[in-house]
Amino acid sequence: MKTKNKLALAPWVFTVGFFALWEILCHVLKISSFILPAPSTILWAVWEYRSQLAYHAMHTLWMTLAGFGLAVGFGLLLGMVLGSSRLINAGTYPLLVGFNSIPKVAVVPILVFWFGVGWVPPVMTAFLISFFPIVVNVATGIATVEPEMEDVLRALGASKRDIVFKVGVPRAMPYFFGSLKVAITLAYVGSVIGEQNASNVGIGNLLTRASAAFEVPLVWAALVVLAVLGVIMYAITAYAERSMTGWAQRSQMAA
Amino acid sequence: MSAFVDIHDVTHVYARAEDGLPAVQNLNLKVHEGEFAAIVGPSGCGKSTLMKLATGLQFPVEGTVIVDGRQVGAPVKLAGMAFQNPTMLPWRTTLDNILLPLEIVEPHRSRLRRHKAEYVAKAESLLAQVGLKGQGHKFPWQLSGGMQQRASLCRALIHEPKLLMLDEPFGALDSFTREELWCVMRDLHAAQKVTIILVTHDLREAAFLADRIFCMSARPGRIVAEREVEFPRPRDLEITYTPEFSALVHELRGHIAQARQAA
Repeated sequence: MKTKNKLALAPWVFTVGFFALWEILCHVLKISSFILPAPSTILWAVWEYRSQLAYHAMHTLWMTLAGFGLAVGFGLLLGMVLGSSRLINAGTYPLLVGFNSIPKVAVVPILVFWFGVGWVPPVMTAFLISFFPIVVNVATGIATVEPEMEDVLRALGASKRDIVFKVGVPRAMPYFFGSLKVAITLAYVGSVIGEQNASNVGIGNLLTRASAAFEVPLVWAALVVLAVLGVIMYAITAYAERSMTGWAQRSQMAA
Repeated sequence: MSAFVDIHDVTHVYARAEDGLPAVQNLNLKVHEGEFAAIVGPSGCGKSTLMKLATGLQFPVEGTVIVDGRQVGAPVKLAGMAFQNPTMLPWRTTLDNILLPLEIVEPHRSRLRRHKAEYVAKAESLLAQVGLKGQGHKFPWQLSGGMQQRASLCRALIHEPKLLMLDEPFGALDSFTREELWCVMRDLHAAQKVTIILVTHDLREAAFLADRIFCMSARPGRIVAEREVEFPRPRDLEITYTPEFSALVHELRGHIAQARQAA
């Protein structure tokens, strides 16, 4: 078989193999389904609770996308400002890093004080947790414009704005799309944390309730749904990256 | 005839310079309109500083810089620049790269959208002049280093600058490509009547292309010798193998060696 076909097949083989191994171990070692249910049990639970899971998953998806959308807009803007001004960059960096170091689960109670229980805390948590990598990457892309390129344009009378928009922003796009892949997974973590602590709907909330009631298969089914949704969203951002910045991915390493 | 570029008694210290040593000191240099001037010197002699001063990217601490009859107090806008590194933007096609200065400089900036076809035709004709006919649709990374450098020359010329500043534009090329590009440069100069200041390490390049050669000293840079080049134009590559040419290069070599020793 050709290497290319092997590579295309590998993810499927490894994934199926992983679950097969899990299934076999559960049966051979007679592990209680309370500790670790076999994949077949989990799959059955997914089917059994399908309408409930679908309802909550859709909610989580919306929370994630809303928070992610805010993070993209805000991250691009702030990244552009930080990338084009050394002063603002130096001034705000400690604040940004400090803020990013706070575990966002600790911020959720404050969000509840401000906005009450509902859809706002999950969206805000998703936003707060995911904007940082976008800011840093966009700022880096803009700040690292080649000085010769800047000279060429400045000698023609280009303003700072011209340089940022003609060179800086397009140049930052590969960094930006790279950061989106990180940000979408983080946004997802954020919305689930928000739902677990401050919402009446969503997979996060379902997880909290199911574990409180010791409905172990439902907990696992919810986790599986989360994982699948996560992979799909990651794949969509990765696809967007490839189609938008093909010019940046021409090395042998990326092929 | 008054000089097109007149750098008079200029001393410049970069604000960032840690030792406070000037990059150039008491620099005097006059280049006439339409002339092809070359500046040679040991590395680190402030040749790039000279480029920045003449284009208004830096302003002298002492002395005056006059370009086209006006004292330089802001980026001059009538200059085109090309560097050793072609600095093409990889997300634009070669043609769009060449059109980039027109998106910045007036009056082209406000005319570009409505007169696109006219400008594209101009870019295509420049591409043809440098031997890249019909290659405009390619991305720069699909071109070889020499071809990218040709495209970068087109970009420097698209807005019809009165002054063309070249900072070792052929430094990274192999010697055959370099000689080819010398001829391209020679023909562009003949066709466009533009004033050119070429900064280079290559004495043969300076002797072949220039009407006037300035030798700079090591840092702090100033002009230690000025030499007119009398070879008639148009010049053929063959002249680089004549004894007169060798004698000139040898003479320049002597100035540079002295400048290096003095450092």
